Amino acid sequence: MRTCRDMGIATVAIHSEADNNSVHTLMADEAVCVGPAPSSQSYLNMPVIVEAIKATGAQAVHPGYGFLSENKEFAKFLAANNTAFIGPGTFAIDAMGDKLKSKQIAMNAKVNTIPGFDGVVEDADHAVKIAGEIGYPVMIKASAGGGGKGMRIAWNEKETRDGFRFSSQEAASSFGDDRLLVEKFIDTPRHIEMQIIADSFGNTLWLNERECSIQRRNQKVVEEAPSTFLDANTRRAMGEQAVALAKAVNYKSAGTVEFLVDSKKNFYFLEMNTRLQVEHPVTEYITGLDLVREMIMVAAGHPLSITQEDVGINGWAVECRVYAENPYKSFGLPSIGRLSRYVEPTHIPNVRVDSGVREGSEISMYYDPMISKLVTYGKDRTEALSSMCSALDNYVIRGVTHNVPLCHEVLRHPDFIKGDISTNFLNEVYPDGFTGKQLSSEEHKHLCAIACAFHARQQLMQQTFLNQTRLPQMGKVMDSLEVQVKLEEKTVTALVKSNDNAYEVSLNGSDVINVSSDWSLSSPTQTLSVNSGSPFTVQCVNSSATGSYQIQFDGTVFDLEVISLTAANLRAHMPVKVPEDQSSVLRSPMPGTVLSVSCAVGDKVAEGQEVCVIEAMKMQNSLCVSRDGRVKSIHCKEKESLGEGDLILELE
Amino acid sequence: MLRPLLRKSLQSLWYTTSVSQSRCSSQATVSIQENIKNKRKRAQLGGGQKRIDAQHKKGKLTARERINLLLDLGSFIEFDMFVEQRCTDFGMDADENKLPGDSVVTGHGLIHGRQAYVFSQDFTVFGGSLSSAHAQKICKIMDQAMMVGAPVIGLNDSGGARIQEGVESLAGYADIFQRNVMASGVVPQISLIMGPCAGGAVYSPALTDFTFMVKDTSYLFITGPDVVKSVTDEDVTPEELGGAKPHTSVSGVAHDAFEDDVDALLKLRQFYNYLPLSNRDPAPIMATEDSAERSCPVLDDLIPNESTKAYDMHDVIRALADNHDFWEIMPTYAKNIVVGFSRMNGRTVGFVGNQPKVKSGCLDINASVKGARFVRFCDSFNIPLITLVDVPGFLPGTDQEHGGIIRHGAKLLYAYAEATVPKITVITRKAYGGAYDVMSSKHLRGDINYAWPTAEVAVMGAKGAVQIIFRGKDGQAEQEAEYIEKFANPYPAAIRGYIDDIIEPRVTRSRICRDLNILASKQQSNPWKKHANMPL
Repeated sequence: MRTCRDMGIATVAIHSEADNNSVHTLMADEAVCVGPAPSSQSYLNMPVIVEAIKATGAQAVHPGYGFLSENKEFAKFLAANNTAFIGPGTFAIDAMGDKLKSKQIAMNAKVNTIPGFDGVVEDADHAVKIAGEIGYPVMIKASAGGGGKGMRIAWNEKETRDGFRFSSQEAASSFGDDRLLVEKFIDTPRHIEMQIIADSFGNTLWLNERECSIQRRNQKVVEEAPSTFLDANTRRAMGEQAVALAKAVNYKSAGTVEFLVDSKKNFYFLEMNTRLQVEHPVTEYITGLDLVREMIMVAAGHPLSITQEDVGINGWAVECRVYAENPYKSFGLPSIGRLSRYVEPTHIPNVRVDSGVREGSEISMYYDPMISKLVTYGKDRTEALSSMCSALDNYVIRGVTHNVPLCHEVLRHPDFIKGDISTNFLNEVYPDGFTGKQLSSEEHKHLCAIACAFHARQQLMQQTFLNQTRLPQMGKVMDSLEVQVKLEEKTVTALVKSNDNAYEVSLNGSDVINVSSDWSLSSPTQTLSVNSGSPFTVQCVNSSATGSYQIQFDGTVFDLEVISLTAANLRAHMPVKVPEDQSSVLRSPMPGTVLSVSCAVGDKVAEGQEVCVIEAMKMQNSLCVSRDGRVKSIHCKEKESLGEGDLILELE
Repeated sequence: MLRPLLRKSLQSLWYTTSVSQSRCSSQATVSIQENIKNKRKRAQLGGGQKRIDAQHKKGKLTARERINLLLDLGSFIEFDMFVEQRCTDFGMDADENKLPGDSVVTGHGLIHGRQAYVFSQDFTVFGGSLSSAHAQKICKIMDQAMMVGAPVIGLNDSGGARIQEGVESLAGYADIFQRNVMASGVVPQISLIMGPCAGGAVYSPALTDFTFMVKDTSYLFITGPDVVKSVTDEDVTPEELGGAKPHTSVSGVAHDAFEDDVDALLKLRQFYNYLPLSNRDPAPIMATEDSAERSCPVLDDLIPNESTKAYDMHDVIRALADNHDFWEIMPTYAKNIVVGFSRMNGRTVGFVGNQPKVKSGCLDINASVKGARFVRFCDSFNIPLITLVDVPGFLPGTDQEHGGIIRHGAKLLYAYAEATVPKITVITRKAYGGAYDVMSSKHLRGDINYAWPTAEVAVMGAKGAVQIIFRGKDGQAEQEAEYIEKFANPYPAAIRGYIDDIIEPRVTRSRICRDLNILASKQQSNPWKKHANMPL
């Protein structure tokens, strides 16, 4: 829409009832509501959408990146109504939208493909038989799918059966098409994709690659362009194959050809996305092109404004997908809530944030939990990565749990910095799950000192009354504080002295750390400098009078406690309250809807047995009990919606 | 009982003076100083190290430790450290029972630099039981607090009356009650229950403005589990009968409960900052870094499109308040109304909001009483009131009618009508029926009444109204639509001047901050009366 506005084109947004006040609705010149919140009744509701197009007299439709963007029926519908579909022709969508057909076409176009079964899998037994023929591990995926939905990896027969069941259900609910296919799963692969663009005059260009290997559950988290892995020859070979494929289907408009690349730089065609990808901004940055503009021009029948020779690589761009999800649970289980505070770090140079939210937006259960795409650009990779870290530090997102800690840690990981990554990166680097930043002893000290400074500042504010004059305010203004700081089970004592805007903190009587900043307890971010070092940003997410602080430091939120020595000494007498035993209860790890409960009160269950399936953000999640036992009570029913932490069942 | 004791002490006093006069010996002076020192030392130890250890073992702090934590470091000035109990019966006059200071520590000190009077009952001395001396010490600081105009904080941890003293102990309670009542509305009074508080003793906290409890270690009841068992044959634990849980969620006796002693005292320090020292003082204004002009875009999206859908009134309050801070009073009782303190541009304000998330925000008996008490506290102590209205009416039903919703609902109405502090009202959505009148409407002397564009001011919801107006005629859907168009919006109230302006939600904070500045000089009074007769 930004592009359209620049080009002087009037825009109409369609929206569901849940998105009444969302950013895209408000930004458009006109807006039409197409139905209630569930996407099947709104954003996927073709007749209503076509009505909207007719009513507003729209000449062209840009389908975005989800929902109907790769739906050939929709494209046909539009063609029948004399409305341009800003995207490729129906034939290309049709050909590429089906993984089986697309693979066939790719093979004919002499594009490298992955070994697998070229047909529809009939049932679970059939899947097991095919898997046996190709050899484990295998990938089961929805024929109509994309975006990781309906995709499962199986390492043995049991997983194949489970995978078949889940994938077909997910495929049915997400795409209305439960056909599945099975293919060889390539171990330690990289996911690298080639951006292409074509016009109706036979010009097809490749616009370099995007490295999208950092994924969780087959969904991309961090992307960059170019890739550290490709040399010029591989890049050209890949680009040329992508162009060959596009030509084979008479492609016009922007598209992406996805490849898997193994450690020997062999690449295999994965699929082609016949739409603009979420991560297109990184390509725009390094090539200097406006892809949306080119798409609109192509749809309007103009030729491309550039030739292959004009396409170069200029600098480096990185994109983080910021999701509303809890990265500490399976690298990201959906979280919902209202953005009670939301500030995008756009004040930092070379940072671009593409989001559909603003302060006050609700992240609901109905759609994808993506908050934004955060893109940074630099003259080289180091610069782009460092801008990204500071962009993440300055990105204020309150009210929902988000994956900034994970993004930040990935960017700072030595293997990532070296470029030594694969699609298994997260599982290999964090085999026991993501646990957030691990503090070095130096960082531990710095963070303690920062918390002390916040505390001293807060104490000062607490005794600054402006109108309590009838009785003299007595007592001296604190110029020093003796406190105890607790961070990650480690306790230190600290003496805090204030000196204008700086606080001098001596920890355990020895290390003296100086923290300076232009303090403001109301600002969600605080840029400070430790021992006169280069400034960085932390966020005090929460603070309380009893001295507990939550400080976001390098992406991860740490819990600290700062209390006076008097209170610390007296706290020793306080009873330790025993938290409830978690092993005998099962709680919902995320908000969602109960799809099925597979046990009844009185049933005996074994450790790891699936007892309940919850659907959230269109993903099915199986929940298992953590110990053997007998079911004492069940607290939910099918189709019921649950909040995070709601009780599902109790064991005896 | 009292007389021989008095004579004896007079004699000994006379003896000491005469000795020092006759001999003029420096030795005697030294011994007196020594004696004073020893007494002070002994007073510091309360009931002795063994009992202190026992107190700690129960997860409780001693009376003095509590005071030290509550007040600014080193600011405590103690009164009556040498007062002793005066009972002579049952061997109470034995020397080891004459503990200096008896079972309460009293005095004053500072909280964030502001004056506070405090008494802290000492469970290590005769179980913190209340003797006449104990009561006298408390009365002394209360008298002074009223004269000076500074709040009184009571830290309660007492087994009850000093049974050995009999009626003297009861007299002591009554002396305190009388002062609680006299001080009510003059200086803020806060009770923090940090141990048992049973029998007649419970009425002192009940008369104060706020009663807080410590989870797991504090109890409040008129008669304990043993008596309950013998009279009604009910088996009940002290925690179930009068612990923090029943009192904060069922009875409404306590205003909040804290995790442990340390947590409670630190939180109390924070709470204290919201209160003026007395009814002569303005609501405190604190330095703030949160701009009064801050826009709150979060509010624009908060009200759901369907008027039957709930949202959380806490979100509105937090968005408006300085630093998003809100100190909620009674957060777990009558949750259909939300009350508590915040600051706007540094100044303490009291928020009252209907909570659409609970019972659709209907007013019921408990919510009316909770709201009324809070409104009256704010009015007593010059704290401006900000009322956020989303109320579909009073809760219907026989429970409510037979429980006296008429009588209890009238309390909230009464409290608002009587209040003369600045009153600002924002109708966020529904303001239906009598409940509209009650919630700080223009008609009850609301100073500034705003409506958001989502406001609906009407006698009732469209469905009910249509059934009455058209009485079963066909075309209900159209009639409803007509009614909604006529009434489900802020205009009918706005054209009559019942609301002063329709404002965009995002500017609510800046508008209220400006209004508060202007209303700071508001003067309004009620006609002279001995006292009003509110519907209790």
